[in-house]
Amino acid sequence: MIEIKGLTKKYGSFYALKGLDLTIEDGTVFGFVGANGAGKSTTFSILATLLQPTAGEAWINGISISQNPQEVRRQIGYMPDFFGVYDQLKTEEYLDFYGASYGLDAKQREALIPKLLELVNLSHKRQDYVDLLSRGMKQRLCLARALIHDPNILILDEPASGLDPRARVEMREILKELKAMGKTILISSHILPELAEMCDSIGVIDSGELIAHGSVQSIQEKLQSEKVIHVKLAGPLADAVTFFENDPRVTQVDSITERQTVQFLYKGTDEEQLALLREAMASGLRILAFSEEETDLEDVFMEITKGAGA
Amino acid sequence: MKELLANPVLVKEIKLRFRSVKSFTGLFFYLLIMGVFVFGFINLTSSLSGAGFFSPDESFLLFTMLSYIQLGLILFITPGLTAGTISSEREKQTLNILLTTAQSSFQIIFGKLLSSISFLLLLLVSGLPIYSMVFLYGGVSPGQIAVIFLFYLLTLLAIGSLGVMYSTLTRRTIVSMISTYGTMIFLTAVTGFFLVLSISISAVSMGMGLSPFSYFWASINPAVVLLTLLEPGFSGEIVRMTGISVPLWVTYTIFYLLVFAGSMWLSVSKLRVNMNKYK
Repeated sequence: MIEIKGLTKKYGSFYALKGLDLTIEDGTVFGFVGANGAGKSTTFSILATLLQPTAGEAWINGISISQNPQEVRRQIGYMPDFFGVYDQLKTEEYLDFYGASYGLDAKQREALIPKLLELVNLSHKRQDYVDLLSRGMKQRLCLARALIHDPNILILDEPASGLDPRARVEMREILKELKAMGKTILISSHILPELAEMCDSIGVIDSGELIAHGSVQSIQEKLQSEKVIHVKLAGPLADAVTFFENDPRVTQVDSITERQTVQFLYKGTDEEQLALLREAMASGLRILAFSEEETDLEDVFMEITKGAGA
Repeated sequence: MKELLANPVLVKEIKLRFRSVKSFTGLFFYLLIMGVFVFGFINLTSSLSGAGFFSPDESFLLFTMLSYIQLGLILFITPGLTAGTISSEREKQTLNILLTTAQSSFQIIFGKLLSSISFLLLLLVSGLPIYSMVFLYGGVSPGQIAVIFLFYLLTLLAIGSLGVMYSTLTRRTIVSMISTYGTMIFLTAVTGFFLVLSISISAVSMGMGLSPFSYFWASINPAVVLLTLLEPGFSGEIVRMTGISVPLWVTYTIFYLLVFAGSMWLSVSKLRVNMNKYK
Protein backbone atom coordinates (compact mmCIF):
# COMPACT_ATOMS: atom_id res chain seq x y z
CA MET A 1 0.00 0.00 0.00
CA ILE A 2 1.20 3.53 -0.76
CA GLU A 3 0.17 6.38 1.51
CA ILE A 4 1.07 9.97 0.76
CA LYS A 5 0.28 12.81 3.17
CA GLY A 6 0.87 16.49 2.50
CA LEU A 7 3.79 15.81 0.17
CA THR A 8 5.31 19.08 -0.95
CA LYS A 9 8.32 19.94 -3.08
CA LYS A 10 9.37 23.53 -3.46
CA TYR A 11 12.13 25.00 -5.61
CA GLY A 12 12.63 28.56 -4.41
CA SER A 13 9.17 30.05 -4.60
CA PHE A 14 7.96 27.50 -7.18
CA TYR A 15 5.85 24.59 -5.96
CA ALA A 16 6.48 21.42 -7.97
CA LEU A 17 4.17 19.59 -5.60
CA LYS A 18 1.60 21.15 -3.24
CA GLY A 19 0.46 19.06 -0.29
CA LEU A 20 -0.33 15.87 -2.17
CA ASP A 21 -2.57 13.40 -0.31
CA LEU A 22 -3.14 9.99 -1.83
CA THR A 23 -3.71 6.38 -0.82
CA ILE A 24 -3.21 3.49 -3.19
CA GLU A 25 -4.51 0.14 -1.99
CA ASP A 26 -2.69 -3.15 -2.43
CA GLY A 27 -3.13 -4.91 -5.76
CA THR A 28 -4.57 -1.90 -7.54
CA VAL A 29 -3.32 -0.10 -10.60
CA PHE A 30 -3.24 3.65 -10.20
CA GLY A 31 -2.78 5.89 -13.22
CA PHE A 32 -1.25 9.29 -12.68
CA VAL A 33 -2.20 11.75 -15.38
CA GLY A 34 -1.20 15.32 -15.99
CA ALA A 35 0.56 17.59 -18.41
CA ASN A 36 4.36 17.83 -18.56
CA GLY A 37 5.68 19.56 -15.47
CA ALA A 38 2.48 18.91 -13.49
CA GLY A 39 4.38 17.07 -10.74
CA LYS A 40 4.12 13.39 -11.73
CA SER A 41 7.84 12.67 -11.98
CA THR A 42 8.52 14.73 -8.84
CA THR A 43 6.10 12.54 -6.90
CA PHE A 44 7.65 9.37 -8.32
CA SER A 45 11.20 10.53 -7.60
CA ILE A 46 10.29 11.25 -3.97
CA LEU A 47 8.64 7.84 -3.60
CA ALA A 48 11.75 6.23 -5.12
CA THR A 49 13.87 8.04 -2.47
CA LEU A 50 15.71 10.03 -5.14
CA LEU A 51 14.38 13.43 -4.20
CA GLN A 52 13.99 15.00 -0.82
CA PRO A 53 10.52 16.45 -0.17
CA THR A 54 10.23 19.93 1.31
CA ALA A 55 7.38 18.80 3.55
CA GLY A 56 5.00 15.90 4.03
CA GLU A 57 5.55 12.18 4.27
CA ALA A 58 4.92 8.98 2.36
CA TRP A 59 4.81 5.36 3.41
CA ILE A 60 5.45 2.34 1.23
CA ASN A 61 3.88 -0.76 2.79
CA GLY A 62 3.87 1.17 6.06
CA ILE A 63 7.57 2.07 5.84
CA SER A 64 8.38 5.76 5.99
CA ILE A 65 10.41 7.07 3.05
CA SER A 66 12.16 9.60 5.27
CA GLN A 67 12.86 7.31 8.21
CA ASN A 68 13.84 4.15 6.38
CA PRO A 69 14.65 4.85 2.71
CA GLN A 70 16.95 1.81 2.49
CA GLU A 71 14.05 -0.55 3.29
CA VAL A 72 11.72 1.39 0.95
CA ARG A 73 14.11 0.64 -1.94
CA ARG A 74 13.65 -3.09 -1.32
CA GLN A 75 9.87 -2.70 -1.45
CA ILE A 76 9.63 -0.92 -4.79
CA GLY A 77 10.52 -1.52 -8.40
CA TYR A 78 11.20 1.85 -10.00
CA MET A 79 11.37 2.69 -13.67
CA PRO A 80 12.31 6.31 -14.44
CA ASP A 81 10.99 8.25 -17.41
CA PHE A 82 14.49 8.63 -18.87
CA PHE A 83 17.23 6.12 -18.27
CA GLY A 84 20.44 4.92 -19.84
CA VAL A 85 22.07 1.52 -20.05
CA TYR A 86 25.65 0.40 -19.64
CA ASP A 87 27.71 -0.15 -22.78
CA GLN A 88 29.24 -3.54 -23.40
CA LEU A 89 26.93 -5.35 -21.00
CA LYS A 90 24.78 -8.21 -22.22
CA THR A 91 21.07 -8.44 -21.47
CA GLU A 92 21.40 -11.25 -18.95
CA GLU A 93 24.46 -9.63 -17.37
CA TYR A 94 22.45 -6.44 -16.98
CA LEU A 95 19.78 -8.26 -15.01
CA ASP A 96 22.42 -10.25 -13.14
CA PHE A 97 24.08 -7.02 -11.99
CA TYR A 98 20.84 -5.59 -10.64
CA GLY A 99 19.91 -8.94 -9.08
CA ALA A 100 23.23 -8.88 -7.21
CA SER A 101 22.54 -5.27 -6.26
CA TYR A 102 19.45 -6.46 -4.41
CA GLY A 103 21.42 -9.15 -2.64
CA LEU A 104 20.16 -12.14 -4.63
CA ASP A 105 22.70 -14.96 -4.72
CA ALA A 106 24.04 -16.43 -7.96
CA LYS A 107 21.66 -19.42 -7.91
CA GLN A 108 18.58 -17.26 -7.39
CA ARG A 109 19.65 -14.95 -10.20
CA GLU A 110 20.34 -17.83 -12.54
CA ALA A 111 16.83 -19.20 -11.95
CA LEU A 112 15.10 -15.84 -12.13
CA ILE A 113 16.65 -14.17 -15.18
CA PRO A 114 15.22 -16.55 -17.86
CA LYS A 115 11.74 -16.17 -16.33
CA LEU A 116 11.93 -12.39 -16.34
CA LEU A 117 13.25 -12.32 -19.90
CA GLU A 118 10.37 -14.54 -20.93
CA LEU A 119 7.87 -12.25 -19.18
CA VAL A 120 9.10 -9.25 -21.15
CA ASN A 121 9.56 -11.22 -24.39
CA LEU A 122 13.31 -10.83 -24.52
CA SER A 123 14.46 -14.44 -24.18
CA HIS A 124 15.88 -14.33 -27.70
CA LYS A 125 18.00 -11.27 -26.81
CA ARG A 126 19.67 -12.87 -23.80
CA GLN A 127 23.18 -12.69 -25.23
CA ASP A 128 22.79 -9.34 -27.00
CA TYR A 129 24.45 -6.16 -25.82
CA VAL A 130 21.98 -3.92 -24.02
CA ASP A 131 23.02 -0.71 -25.76
CA LEU A 132 22.20 -2.27 -29.13
CA LEU A 133 18.58 -3.11 -28.22
CA SER A 134 15.73 -1.05 -29.64
CA ARG A 135 14.01 1.55 -27.47
CA GLY A 136 11.01 -0.69 -26.84
CA MET A 137 13.26 -3.59 -25.86
CA LYS A 138 15.24 -1.37 -23.50
CA GLN A 139 11.98 -0.25 -21.87
CA ARG A 140 10.90 -3.86 -21.40
CA LEU A 141 14.32 -4.80 -20.07
CA CYS A 142 14.14 -1.93 -17.61
CA LEU A 143 10.77 -3.24 -16.47
CA ALA A 144 12.28 -6.71 -15.99
CA ARG A 145 15.04 -5.07 -13.98
CA ALA A 146 12.48 -3.34 -11.77
CA LEU A 147 10.96 -6.78 -11.08
CA ILE A 148 14.21 -8.61 -10.27
CA HIS A 149 13.78 -8.47 -6.48
CA ASP A 150 10.08 -9.32 -6.73
CA PRO A 151 8.73 -6.05 -5.29
CA ASN A 152 4.98 -5.88 -4.71
CA ILE A 153 4.94 -2.19 -5.65
CA LEU A 154 5.93 -0.90 -9.07
CA ILE A 155 6.49 2.78 -9.75
CA LEU A 156 6.58 3.26 -13.51
CA ASP A 157 7.20 6.74 -14.84
CA GLU A 158 5.95 6.96 -18.42
CA PRO A 159 6.91 3.38 -19.34
CA ALA A 160 5.47 3.69 -22.83
CA SER A 161 6.82 7.08 -23.79
CA GLY A 162 8.57 7.21 -27.14
CA LEU A 163 7.43 3.75 -28.16
CA ASP A 164 5.87 2.86 -31.50
CA PRO A 165 2.27 1.49 -31.46
CA ARG A 166 3.40 -2.15 -31.52
CA ALA A 167 5.82 -1.63 -28.64
CA ARG A 168 3.09 0.16 -26.72
CA VAL A 169 0.74 -2.75 -27.13
CA GLU A 170 3.47 -5.14 -25.97
CA MET A 171 4.14 -2.99 -22.91
CA ARG A 172 0.42 -2.86 -22.12
CA GLU A 173 0.14 -6.64 -22.32
CA ILE A 174 3.04 -7.06 -19.89
CA LEU A 175 1.47 -4.58 -17.48
CA LYS A 176 -1.81 -6.50 -17.63
CA GLU A 177 0.09 -9.63 -16.75
CA LEU A 178 1.73 -7.87 -13.79
CA LYS A 179 -1.67 -6.67 -12.64
CA ALA A 180 -2.91 -10.25 -12.78
CA MET A 181 0.08 -11.22 -10.63
CA GLY A 182 -1.31 -8.91 -7.94
CA LYS A 183 1.29 -6.17 -8.12
CA THR A 184 0.40 -2.67 -6.95
CA ILE A 185 1.25 -0.44 -9.88
CA LEU A 186 1.63 3.31 -9.87
CA ILE A 187 1.93 4.42 -13.46
CA SER A 188 2.12 7.74 -15.23
CA SER A 189 1.68 8.06 -18.91
CA HIS A 190 0.54 10.22 -21.73
CA ILE A 191 -1.08 7.18 -23.18
CA LEU A 192 -3.19 6.68 -20.08
CA PRO A 193 -6.34 6.42 -22.23
CA GLU A 194 -4.88 3.27 -23.69
CA LEU A 195 -4.32 1.97 -20.17
CA ALA A 196 -7.76 3.02 -18.91
CA GLU A 197 -9.02 -0.55 -19.07
CA MET A 198 -6.33 -1.75 -16.69
CA CYS A 199 -6.31 1.21 -14.28
CA ASP A 200 -8.54 0.73 -11.23
CA SER A 201 -8.30 4.40 -10.48
CA ILE A 202 -6.63 7.51 -11.73
CA GLY A 203 -5.41 10.74 -10.25
CA VAL A 204 -5.23 13.95 -12.23
CA ILE A 205 -2.43 16.27 -11.23
CA ASP A 206 -2.12 19.84 -12.35
CA SER A 207 0.45 22.42 -11.20
CA GLY A 208 1.51 20.15 -8.34
CA GLU A 209 -2.02 19.59 -7.04
CA LEU A 210 -4.25 16.56 -7.29
CA ILE A 211 -7.38 17.98 -8.91
CA ALA A 212 -9.29 14.71 -9.27
CA HIS A 213 -8.95 11.20 -7.91
CA GLY A 214 -11.14 8.15 -8.27
CA SER A 215 -12.24 5.45 -10.69
CA VAL A 216 -11.87 6.12 -14.39
CA GLN A 217 -15.67 6.42 -14.75
CA SER A 218 -16.17 8.72 -11.78
CA ILE A 219 -13.39 11.01 -12.98
CA GLN A 220 -15.02 11.15 -16.39
CA GLU A 221 -18.37 12.06 -14.82
CA LYS A 222 -16.87 14.56 -12.43
CA LEU A 223 -14.73 16.34 -14.93
CA GLN A 224 -17.00 16.34 -17.91
CA SER A 225 -19.31 19.26 -17.41
CA GLU A 226 -20.97 18.86 -20.82
CA LYS A 227 -21.97 15.80 -22.78
CA VAL A 228 -22.28 15.63 -26.55
CA ILE A 229 -25.70 14.23 -27.54
CA HIS A 230 -26.58 12.94 -31.02
CA VAL A 231 -30.23 12.63 -32.06
CA LYS A 232 -31.08 10.85 -35.33
CA LEU A 233 -34.43 11.79 -36.77
CA ALA A 234 -36.85 10.40 -39.33
CA GLY A 235 -38.52 13.79 -39.85
CA PRO A 236 -37.32 17.36 -40.61
CA LEU A 237 -34.33 18.58 -38.57
CA ALA A 238 -35.53 22.18 -38.20
CA ASP A 239 -38.28 21.26 -35.66
CA ALA A 240 -35.78 19.31 -33.59
CA VAL A 241 -33.28 22.19 -33.61
CA THR A 242 -36.00 24.56 -32.37
CA PHE A 243 -37.13 22.12 -29.69
CA PHE A 244 -33.66 21.49 -28.25
CA GLU A 245 -32.66 25.17 -28.42
CA ASN A 246 -35.50 25.95 -26.02
CA ASP A 247 -34.00 23.79 -23.26
CA PRO A 248 -31.83 25.93 -20.93
CA ARG A 249 -29.33 23.05 -20.40
CA VAL A 250 -28.64 22.74 -24.13
CA THR A 251 -26.02 24.74 -26.01
CA GLN A 252 -24.47 24.69 -29.49
CA VAL A 253 -27.20 22.89 -31.44
CA ASP A 254 -26.03 21.81 -34.91
CA SER A 255 -27.89 19.96 -37.60
CA ILE A 256 -25.97 17.49 -39.76
CA THR A 257 -28.26 16.95 -42.76
CA GLU A 258 -26.27 14.24 -44.50
CA ARG A 259 -26.64 12.05 -41.43
CA GLN A 260 -30.15 13.26 -40.51
CA THR A 261 -28.80 14.11 -37.10
CA VAL A 262 -28.97 16.95 -34.62
CA GLN A 263 -26.02 17.35 -32.29
CA PHE A 264 -25.82 19.49 -29.14
CA LEU A 265 -23.96 19.98 -25.87
CA TYR A 266 -25.95 19.05 -22.78
CA LYS A 267 -25.28 20.11 -19.21
CA GLY A 268 -27.55 18.12 -16.97
CA THR A 269 -27.92 14.99 -14.86
CA ASP A 270 -28.89 11.57 -16.22
CA GLU A 271 -32.44 12.06 -14.88
CA GLU A 272 -32.78 15.42 -16.60
CA GLN A 273 -31.49 13.89 -19.81
CA LEU A 274 -34.14 11.18 -19.55
CA ALA A 275 -36.84 13.79 -19.06
CA LEU A 276 -35.59 15.70 -22.12
CA LEU A 277 -35.90 12.57 -24.27
CA ARG A 278 -39.45 11.94 -23.00
CA GLU A 279 -40.48 15.52 -23.75
CA ALA A 280 -38.95 15.35 -27.24
CA MET A 281 -40.90 12.15 -27.99
CA ALA A 282 -44.08 13.69 -26.57
CA SER A 283 -43.68 16.79 -28.73
CA GLY A 284 -43.91 14.58 -31.81
CA LEU A 285 -40.31 14.48 -32.90
CA ARG A 286 -39.69 11.24 -34.81
CA ILE A 287 -36.54 10.13 -33.02
CA LEU A 288 -34.72 7.11 -34.42
CA ALA A 289 -31.75 7.25 -32.09
CA PHE A 290 -30.76 9.28 -29.06
CA SER A 291 -27.16 8.75 -27.97
CA GLU A 292 -24.43 10.21 -25.85
CA GLU A 293 -21.04 10.48 -27.55
CA GLU A 294 -18.48 8.14 -26.04
CA THR A 295 -15.65 10.21 -24.69
CA ASP A 296 -12.49 8.43 -23.74
CA LEU A 297 -9.90 9.31 -21.18
CA GLU A 298 -7.87 11.15 -23.80
CA ASP A 299 -10.70 13.67 -24.19
CA VAL A 300 -11.05 14.01 -20.46
CA PHE A 301 -7.30 14.49 -20.14
CA MET A 302 -7.31 17.16 -22.84
CA GLU A 303 -10.32 18.84 -21.27
CA ILE A 304 -8.88 19.09 -17.76
CA THR A 305 -5.34 19.97 -18.72
CA LYS A 306 -6.18 22.56 -21.33
CA GLY A 307 -5.91 25.31 -18.72
CA ALA A 308 -2.65 24.00 -17.30
CA GLY A 309 -0.39 25.90 -19.61
CA ALA A 310 -2.43 29.10 -19.38
CA MET B 1 36.28 -8.79 3.26
CA LYS B 2 34.47 -11.37 1.13
CA GLU B 3 31.40 -9.15 1.23
CA LEU B 4 33.46 -6.16 0.09
CA LEU B 5 34.94 -8.04 -2.85
CA ALA B 6 31.57 -9.57 -3.83
CA ASN B 7 30.45 -5.99 -4.44
CA PRO B 8 28.15 -5.97 -7.54
CA VAL B 9 29.45 -2.59 -8.76
CA LEU B 10 33.04 -3.80 -8.46
CA VAL B 11 32.35 -7.05 -10.32
CA LYS B 12 30.42 -5.29 -13.10
CA GLU B 13 32.97 -2.49 -13.56
CA ILE B 14 35.90 -4.92 -13.71
CA LYS B 15 34.00 -7.02 -16.22
CA LEU B 16 33.34 -3.98 -18.40
CA ARG B 17 36.87 -2.64 -18.10
CA PHE B 18 38.51 -5.89 -19.13
CA ARG B 19 36.04 -6.44 -21.91
CA SER B 20 37.34 -3.37 -23.65
CA VAL B 21 40.25 -3.69 -26.07
CA LYS B 22 41.55 -0.33 -24.81
CA SER B 23 42.57 -1.86 -21.47
CA PHE B 24 44.64 -4.57 -23.11
CA THR B 25 46.32 -2.26 -25.60
CA GLY B 26 47.06 0.17 -22.73
CA LEU B 27 48.65 -2.64 -20.74
CA PHE B 28 50.63 -3.85 -23.77
CA PHE B 29 52.10 -0.43 -24.54
CA TYR B 30 52.88 0.23 -20.89
CA LEU B 31 54.87 -2.99 -20.60
CA LEU B 32 56.50 -2.39 -23.98
CA ILE B 33 57.71 1.09 -23.01
CA MET B 34 58.86 -0.13 -19.57
CA GLY B 35 60.71 -3.04 -21.19
CA VAL B 36 62.40 -0.86 -23.83
CA PHE B 37 63.39 1.64 -21.15
CA VAL B 38 64.89 -0.92 -18.73
CA PHE B 39 66.72 -2.99 -21.34
CA GLY B 40 67.80 0.12 -23.21
CA PHE B 41 69.17 1.66 -20.02
CA ILE B 42 71.10 -1.47 -19.04
CA ASN B 43 72.42 -1.93 -22.55
CA LEU B 44 73.44 1.71 -22.99
CA THR B 45 75.05 2.02 -19.56
CA SER B 46 77.06 -1.17 -19.89
CA SER B 47 78.22 -0.42 -23.44
CA LEU B 48 78.97 3.28 -22.78
CA SER B 49 80.97 2.57 -19.64
CA GLY B 50 82.97 0.11 -21.72
CA ALA B 51 83.15 -2.18 -18.68
CA GLY B 52 80.64 -4.59 -20.11
CA PHE B 53 78.84 -4.90 -16.77
CA PHE B 54 76.10 -3.10 -14.85
CA SER B 55 77.12 -1.91 -11.38
CA PRO B 56 74.85 -1.87 -8.27
CA ASP B 57 75.06 1.95 -8.26
CA GLU B 58 73.73 2.12 -11.80
CA SER B 59 71.12 -0.46 -10.86
CA PHE B 60 69.97 1.81 -8.03
CA LEU B 61 69.80 4.77 -10.42
CA LEU B 62 67.62 2.70 -12.74
CA PHE B 63 65.42 1.70 -9.81
CA THR B 64 65.03 5.36 -8.80
CA MET B 65 64.08 6.38 -12.31
CA LEU B 66 61.56 3.55 -12.61
CA SER B 67 60.06 4.47 -9.25
CA TYR B 68 59.53 8.05 -10.35
CA ILE B 69 58.08 6.98 -13.68
CA GLN B 70 55.56 4.81 -11.87
CA LEU B 71 54.73 7.59 -9.43
CA GLY B 72 54.12 9.88 -12.41
CA LEU B 73 51.91 7.20 -13.91
CA ILE B 74 49.84 6.97 -10.73
CA LEU B 75 49.52 10.73 -10.36
CA PHE B 76 48.44 11.30 -13.95
CA ILE B 77 46.29 8.23 -14.63
CA THR B 78 44.39 7.96 -11.32
CA PRO B 79 42.39 11.20 -11.77
CA GLY B 80 41.46 10.13 -15.30
CA LEU B 81 40.23 6.76 -14.05
CA THR B 82 38.29 7.96 -11.03
CA ALA B 83 37.00 11.47 -11.77
CA GLY B 84 34.16 10.20 -13.95
CA THR B 85 32.96 7.28 -11.86
CA ILE B 86 29.74 8.81 -10.49
CA SER B 87 29.30 11.85 -12.74
CA SER B 88 29.46 9.71 -15.91
CA GLU B 89 26.67 7.52 -14.48
CA ARG B 90 24.71 10.73 -13.94
CA GLU B 91 25.42 11.86 -17.50
CA LYS B 92 24.46 8.48 -18.95
CA GLN B 93 21.26 8.48 -16.86
CA THR B 94 22.14 5.22 -15.15
CA LEU B 95 22.71 6.70 -11.70
CA ASN B 96 19.07 7.01 -10.63
CA ILE B 97 18.45 3.33 -11.22
CA LEU B 98 21.64 2.42 -9.35
CA LEU B 99 20.60 4.59 -6.41
CA THR B 100 17.21 2.90 -6.09
CA THR B 101 18.81 -0.54 -5.65
CA ALA B 102 19.36 -1.97 -2.18
CA GLN B 103 23.12 -1.37 -2.32
CA SER B 104 24.43 0.93 0.38
CA SER B 105 26.11 4.18 -0.61
CA PHE B 106 29.38 2.84 0.80
CA GLN B 107 29.14 -0.29 -1.37
CA ILE B 108 28.60 1.81 -4.51
CA ILE B 109 31.42 4.28 -3.74
CA PHE B 110 33.85 1.58 -2.62
CA GLY B 111 33.05 -0.56 -5.67
CA LYS B 112 33.61 2.40 -7.98
CA LEU B 113 36.91 3.36 -6.36
CA LEU B 114 38.29 -0.15 -6.19
CA SER B 115 37.33 -1.02 -9.77
CA SER B 116 38.93 2.18 -11.08
CA ILE B 117 42.20 1.73 -9.25
CA SER B 118 42.32 -2.01 -9.89
CA PHE B 119 43.37 -1.32 -13.47
CA LEU B 120 46.25 0.83 -12.28
CA LEU B 121 47.18 -1.83 -9.73
CA LEU B 122 47.24 -4.32 -12.59
CA LEU B 123 49.62 -2.04 -14.50
CA LEU B 124 51.90 -1.79 -11.49
CA VAL B 125 51.82 -5.51 -10.70
CA SER B 126 52.28 -6.56 -14.32
CA GLY B 127 55.33 -4.28 -14.48
CA LEU B 128 56.88 -6.02 -11.43
CA PRO B 129 58.90 -8.59 -13.44
CA ILE B 130 60.51 -5.73 -15.41
CA TYR B 131 60.89 -3.70 -12.25
CA SER B 132 62.60 -6.58 -10.48
CA MET B 133 65.21 -6.82 -13.24
CA VAL B 134 67.21 -4.49 -11.00
CA PHE B 135 67.55 -7.31 -8.45
CA LEU B 136 69.82 -9.13 -10.87
CA TYR B 137 72.39 -6.37 -10.51
CA GLY B 138 72.08 -5.69 -6.77
CA GLY B 139 71.81 -2.35 -5.00
CA VAL B 140 68.09 -2.67 -4.18
CA SER B 141 66.42 -4.83 -1.54
CA PRO B 142 63.02 -6.56 -1.98
CA GLY B 143 61.95 -4.79 1.24
CA GLN B 144 62.50 -1.45 -0.42
CA ILE B 145 60.26 -2.47 -3.34
CA ALA B 146 57.57 -3.58 -0.88
CA VAL B 147 57.72 -0.24 0.96
CA ILE B 148 57.52 1.68 -2.31
CA PHE B 149 54.50 -0.37 -3.41
CA LEU B 150 52.74 0.39 -0.15
CA PHE B 151 53.55 4.06 -0.77
CA TYR B 152 52.05 3.76 -4.27
CA LEU B 153 48.95 2.07 -2.89
CA LEU B 154 48.35 4.83 -0.35
CA THR B 155 48.88 7.55 -2.98
CA LEU B 156 46.56 5.73 -5.37
CA LEU B 157 43.82 5.39 -2.76
CA ALA B 158 44.07 9.04 -1.73
CA ILE B 159 44.11 10.52 -5.25
CA GLY B 160 41.49 7.97 -6.37
CA SER B 161 39.16 8.81 -3.50
CA LEU B 162 39.56 12.52 -4.31
CA GLY B 163 38.50 11.74 -7.90
CA VAL B 164 35.44 9.80 -6.71
CA MET B 165 34.57 12.59 -4.28
CA TYR B 166 34.68 15.30 -6.95
CA SER B 167 32.73 13.01 -9.25
CA THR B 168 30.02 12.63 -6.59
CA LEU B 169 29.86 16.31 -5.71
CA THR B 170 29.89 17.76 -9.23
CA ARG B 171 27.28 17.13 -11.88
CA ARG B 172 29.65 17.05 -14.83
CA THR B 173 32.65 14.83 -15.46
CA ILE B 174 34.70 17.61 -17.02
CA VAL B 175 34.39 19.74 -13.85
CA SER B 176 35.27 16.75 -11.70
CA MET B 177 38.25 15.95 -13.93
CA ILE B 178 39.61 19.52 -13.71
CA SER B 179 39.13 19.59 -9.93
CA THR B 180 40.91 16.25 -9.43
CA TYR B 181 43.84 17.15 -11.68
CA GLY B 182 43.97 20.56 -9.97
CA THR B 183 44.21 18.94 -6.53
CA MET B 184 46.83 16.50 -7.79
CA ILE B 185 48.89 19.37 -9.21
CA PHE B 186 48.53 21.20 -5.91
CA LEU B 187 49.80 18.16 -4.00
CA THR B 188 52.80 17.71 -6.29
CA ALA B 189 53.85 20.94 -8.03
CA VAL B 190 52.35 23.60 -5.73
CA THR B 191 53.60 21.93 -2.53
CA GLY B 192 57.00 21.55 -4.26
CA PHE B 193 57.01 25.25 -5.06
CA PHE B 194 56.04 26.16 -1.49
CA LEU B 195 58.76 23.85 -0.22
CA VAL B 196 61.41 25.62 -2.30
CA LEU B 197 59.99 28.98 -1.24
CA SER B 198 59.96 28.13 2.47
CA ILE B 199 63.51 26.72 2.23
CA SER B 200 64.67 30.00 0.65
CA ILE B 201 62.94 32.06 3.36
CA SER B 202 64.40 29.77 6.07
CA ALA B 203 67.84 30.11 4.56
CA VAL B 204 67.64 33.88 4.89
CA SER B 205 66.12 34.00 8.36
CA MET B 206 67.37 30.83 10.07
CA GLY B 207 70.71 30.12 8.49
CA MET B 208 71.14 26.32 8.33
CA GLY B 209 67.75 25.48 9.90
CA LEU B 210 64.39 24.89 8.20
CA SER B 211 60.98 26.12 9.32
CA PRO B 212 58.13 23.72 10.23
CA PHE B 213 56.42 24.90 7.03
CA SER B 214 59.22 23.39 4.98
CA TYR B 215 58.69 20.13 6.85
CA PHE B 216 54.95 20.22 6.19
CA TRP B 217 55.28 20.94 2.46
CA ALA B 218 57.94 18.24 2.15
CA SER B 219 55.88 15.69 4.06
CA ILE B 220 52.82 15.94 1.78
CA ASN B 221 54.76 16.04 -1.48
CA PRO B 222 54.81 12.53 -3.03
CA ALA B 223 58.03 13.14 -4.97
CA VAL B 224 59.92 14.26 -1.85
CA VAL B 225 58.58 11.42 0.27
CA LEU B 226 59.51 8.92 -2.43
CA LEU B 227 63.02 10.31 -2.35
CA THR B 228 63.18 9.75 1.42
CA LEU B 229 62.06 6.15 0.88
CA LEU B 230 64.74 5.61 -1.76
CA GLU B 231 67.41 7.51 0.21
CA PRO B 232 66.57 7.21 3.94
CA GLY B 233 69.50 9.51 4.72
CA PHE B 234 67.63 12.39 3.11
CA SER B 235 64.77 11.96 5.58
CA GLY B 236 67.25 12.11 8.49
CA GLU B 237 68.68 15.31 7.07
CA ILE B 238 65.23 16.98 6.97
CA VAL B 239 64.50 15.81 10.53
CA ARG B 240 67.84 17.24 11.67
CA MET B 241 67.31 20.58 9.91
CA THR B 242 63.69 21.13 10.98
CA GLY B 243 64.03 19.72 14.46
CA ILE B 244 60.81 17.71 13.92
CA SER B 245 61.66 14.13 14.79
CA VAL B 246 58.70 12.49 13.02
CA PRO B 247 59.91 10.87 9.76
CA LEU B 248 58.34 12.34 6.61
CA TRP B 249 56.68 9.08 5.63
CA VAL B 250 54.72 8.97 8.91
CA THR B 251 53.26 12.45 8.33
CA TYR B 252 52.64 11.54 4.68
CA THR B 253 50.78 8.37 5.70
CA ILE B 254 48.63 10.20 8.25
CA PHE B 255 47.87 13.07 5.83
CA TYR B 256 46.95 10.83 2.89
CA LEU B 257 44.94 8.47 5.09
CA LEU B 258 42.98 11.50 6.29
CA VAL B 259 42.48 12.65 2.68
CA PHE B 260 41.27 9.14 1.78
CA ALA B 261 38.94 8.86 4.79
CA GLY B 262 37.57 12.40 4.35
CA SER B 263 36.94 11.96 0.64
CA MET B 264 35.25 8.59 1.14
CA TRP B 265 33.07 9.98 3.94
CA LEU B 266 31.98 12.96 1.84
CA SER B 267 31.29 10.77 -1.21
CA VAL B 268 29.24 8.26 0.78
CA SER B 269 27.22 10.93 2.58
CA LYS B 270 26.56 13.00 -0.54
CA LEU B 271 25.79 10.19 -3.01
CA ARG B 272 22.13 9.98 -2.08
CA VAL B 273 19.80 12.71 -0.86
CA ASN B 274 19.14 12.73 2.84
CA MET B 275 15.43 11.94 2.95
CA ASN B 276 15.25 12.82 6.63
CA LYS B 277 16.98 16.19 6.43
CA TYR B 278 13.88 18.34 6.14
CA LYS B 279 12.44 17.03 9.41
